[in-house]
Amino acid sequence: MQQTKEEFVEVMAPEHPIECEAANDQIAGESLIGSNIKYILVGILFGVVFVKAEIISWYRIQEMFRLHSFHMYGVIGTAVAVGMISVFLIKRFQLKTMQGEKVIFHDKDFHWGNVIGGLMFGLGWAITGSCPGPLFAQIGSGFLVVSITLLSAIAGTWVYGLVRDKLPH
Amino acid sequence: MLEFISQPWPWYVAGAFIGLTVPTLLLLGNKHFGISSSLRHICAACFPANIPFFKYNWKKELWNLFFVAGILIGGVVATKFLNNSEPMLISEKTVSDLLALNIVVDHNLMPSSIFNFENVFSKQGLLFFVVGGFLVGFGTRYAGGCTSGHAIMGLSNLQWPSLIATISFMAGGFMMVHFIFPWLVKR
Repeated sequence: MQQTKEEFVEVMAPEHPIECEAANDQIAGESLIGSNIKYILVGILFGVVFVKAEIISWYRIQEMFRLHSFHMYGVIGTAVAVGMISVFLIKRFQLKTMQGEKVIFHDKDFHWGNVIGGLMFGLGWAITGSCPGPLFAQIGSGFLVVSITLLSAIAGTWVYGLVRDKLPH
Repeated sequence: MLEFISQPWPWYVAGAFIGLTVPTLLLLGNKHFGISSSLRHICAACFPANIPFFKYNWKKELWNLFFVAGILIGGVVATKFLNNSEPMLISEKTVSDLLALNIVVDHNLMPSSIFNFENVFSKQGLLFFVVGGFLVGFGTRYAGGCTSGHAIMGLSNLQWPSLIATISFMAGGFMMVHFIFPWLVKR
């Protein structure tokens, strides 16, 4: 069978030569706006929850790491429990996506970055009072200076990409 | 109802909403919950610089950028229209701990004395914005995910590397708050 050049590229070139986290496993094609608008809506709801439950607060992160408040442990614990039950139900009843596709799960392989990178992120989390998600919500809630933090986080990601091969994994 | 909306939401409401994001994204279109990846997609889209780590089909992952744009808009919506009517209550122990470090608790979401533009070029700004942000961006990518991708999505899918990553996040945070932070802010 003869393949056009485009088909050839599609078959031969892997989508993500290096593991891409939070991958998009949808097979059906997606339009730029029409398909993606629903993720903006999920994001908006998510951002509202972040602000309303004060999860994006620098103080709440300080409380968490000082063990002075149960709030953040409650949030993360409930989220994990609800997520676990949901994933179990999706697998158990083989629920399909809106497009009728099988929901795909990936196993993660351990590498030393989980520990070293994890510790680095933890250090940054405690200083900035923010994981990557809350960075966006903090900017939205009027702390525009956090955009500097976001730019620095993008720079950090870029430098990781640059020196990746020299790091222990 | 209106009263509920204008009060801070309890942890179990927030936790349930965040947990439900996992099946929502999966069922809407086989998308895996994870936020730090957005930073990688921004690098891949804007300055790939021929680095192999940024050479992939980022256009397929655009949903992730729409998602984080939504989070930013959500921050605006919540702050402008659903604002908590009372000043934020912070544990008294944390208030006195922070006071000992000369950080005055102002009952906003973030300490305005630190998070303002006048601080950008100060030593404090270097620490809170530049160093902190860099550690978040470098660390999450090196770890392969952040609180969403590892602690929530990964643990939901019973991935033990995610458990190790989550423990490392917490360990890093405890080290910073209890050992490094007091030393850093006193300089």
